[in-house]
Amino acid sequence: MSTIVLLALTGIGLAGLYFLVASGLTLIFGLMRVLNFAHGAFLLLGGYCAWLLGAQLMDAAGNVSNAGFLAMLIAALAAGAVIGTLTELVLIRPLYRREFAQVLVTVGLGLVVGALVMGIWGGDPRNFPAPPWTHGIVRILGANVPASRFLLIGVALLVLVALVAFLRHTRYGLIVRAGVENRTMVSALGIDVRRAFTLVFALGGALAGLSGALAGVYFGAVSPGLGSMLLIDAFIVVVIGGLGSITGSALAALAVGLLQQFANYYFTGIGDLAIVLLLAVVLLVRPRGMLGAST
Amino acid sequence: MTRAPGTQPRRFAGRVTLAVIVLLLVAVPWLDLPTAGLLPDRLNAPGSLQLLGLCLVFGALAMTYDLLFGFTGLLSFGHALFFAAGAYTFAIAATVFHLSGPAALALTLGVALLLPLVIGAISLRTTGIAFAMVTLAFAQAGAVIVGQDPGHATGGELGLGLAYDHLPQFLVGVANTRYLYWICLALVVVVAGIIWWISGSVTGRVWQAIRDNERRVQVLGLRPYVFKLVAFVAASFLAALCGIAWLLLVGGANPGITTAEFTLSLLVMVVLGGAGTRWGALAGGVLYTFLDQRLAALAGSPAIQSLPTALRVPLSQPLFVLGIVFMLVILFRPGGIASLFGMHGSQPARRRWLAWLGRGAARR
Repeated sequence: MSTIVLLALTGIGLAGLYFLVASGLTLIFGLMRVLNFAHGAFLLLGGYCAWLLGAQLMDAAGNVSNAGFLAMLIAALAAGAVIGTLTELVLIRPLYRREFAQVLVTVGLGLVVGALVMGIWGGDPRNFPAPPWTHGIVRILGANVPASRFLLIGVALLVLVALVAFLRHTRYGLIVRAGVENRTMVSALGIDVRRAFTLVFALGGALAGLSGALAGVYFGAVSPGLGSMLLIDAFIVVVIGGLGSITGSALAALAVGLLQQFANYYFTGIGDLAIVLLLAVVLLVRPRGMLGAST
Repeated sequence: MTRAPGTQPRRFAGRVTLAVIVLLLVAVPWLDLPTAGLLPDRLNAPGSLQLLGLCLVFGALAMTYDLLFGFTGLLSFGHALFFAAGAYTFAIAATVFHLSGPAALALTLGVALLLPLVIGAISLRTTGIAFAMVTLAFAQAGAVIVGQDPGHATGGELGLGLAYDHLPQFLVGVANTRYLYWICLALVVVVAGIIWWISGSVTGRVWQAIRDNERRVQVLGLRPYVFKLVAFVAASFLAALCGIAWLLLVGGANPGITTAEFTLSLLVMVVLGGAGTRWGALAGGVLYTFLDQRLAALAGSPAIQSLPTALRVPLSQPLFVLGIVFMLVILFRPGGIASLFGMHGSQPARRRWLAWLGRGAARR
């Protein structure tokens, strides 16, 4: 029983991380039809920004205060938002209406940022400073669950609620939702969709940056490979959930995180294989994913 | 296709140029020339020949990806799988099963034909982004399996060194690098020959028609699925051949060739060179590999080391330079290297490719 609880909570924690990366990706795809290969780069920059700030704030034992940790998360969020906005303005906008070229340019940006991070900070993992309580253990139903899993679950839930509220109850959210449904019609109604493009890139970048910092907490370190590793997982989540659907991504993240943890435990090391098989099966049965648009 | 008057002599001149280039490349191991720092050593030294061989292998591999992506419009993120399948099957056959050279080759060719047939038959039931993702999933599964090292067959993270006990002796040793170089050259000639022949055939025309407008091909009474499957199997089979040549040249397989990043680098090569132009992909693959290898060496040179940090750090990362060049090409020269030279016969193909680039893969 305690094993199942531990696996389930760890799986949901991982799902939270996947969802944070995937939500930005799916928003950008939904509105702009661009599979953003630079999302891993956004995540990497967020993670390293938080790490840089944390290295300044931490004490001799490698711990930071709660306020310092909050500042690190905000720094990651801001770094992601800035790089996301710049990407949209400088690289995506000049290629307006050429979606495939936009995808390729994000591939290039991903290469460049990955190489830059590698060049500046080297290939070795860097220990990620965090408050002492994140290293602690919470006892639930006889299982010793690492506290960082609850941090991820909490942040992911917060983001999910905030995103849904933003999309449902604000004017910009309405434009984004309408744009996902039918972009041409939104433009025809006299709304400048391009401002919504910048918005989703800033938002997606901010979420990617935040997940970079949280991945640092989850894995205990940041390394240049983190971006591409989580990007592939996020792609799998986004596609299983249905491109463009936030709730689909949340459900798919849950399925992928749980499947990965349980498969890894019961059939040693088979977790990664299980999720790609799940992806293949879902796509062959429902090519548009669980909650993908039907058009 | 009707040819304008005057193209016959031009074609002849083109063939003569091609023959001269191939003969020059064949003669490279005998040419003891200085390379002015472009290559690691004198032109016919083993280090230089290995680098040239590597450029040729990746040039050929880029052409196979172009067949899939530039010609047929199939954006696969799993092409690395078939290259890796070629390399790993041969390495396992020779090292773990102790098969002789021809037996290992036969086994590898069998796998190289069957694997894409099965994976293609499944993946091609989807289109567009879904196809890209299914192929990515299969390739990731391959990468995971290689990384897991089942039965100590693949060597996991460390890779698998090729055992030469049962292979011909001319493949062994630094002094014999020229034979490996010739194998790579032969690979390029064979792959290019097959790709030229097949893309000029009726099947090749249908592939281009599928890329331009799949529904129309369907309306004309052809089954795009079958043609796409043939393209997928052909490109993957040729990629596996490239994998064998690469394995022999490098002397071992490593998990780096199974990753999604590796497939992305193929995409970069093809777009850099000019998708849908054949020569462009070859040029892109050669140039990418050359820069990747030589920029890394250049990074250690005193000229770069003496630069201020802000310039030294990015310039010592080959992928940084290549990524910047790639983005500039996308933004300002979407036709790639091929468009700089106005490659003959490629104008209509290039225009269609540019139109396709503009239309976007997502809505297809």
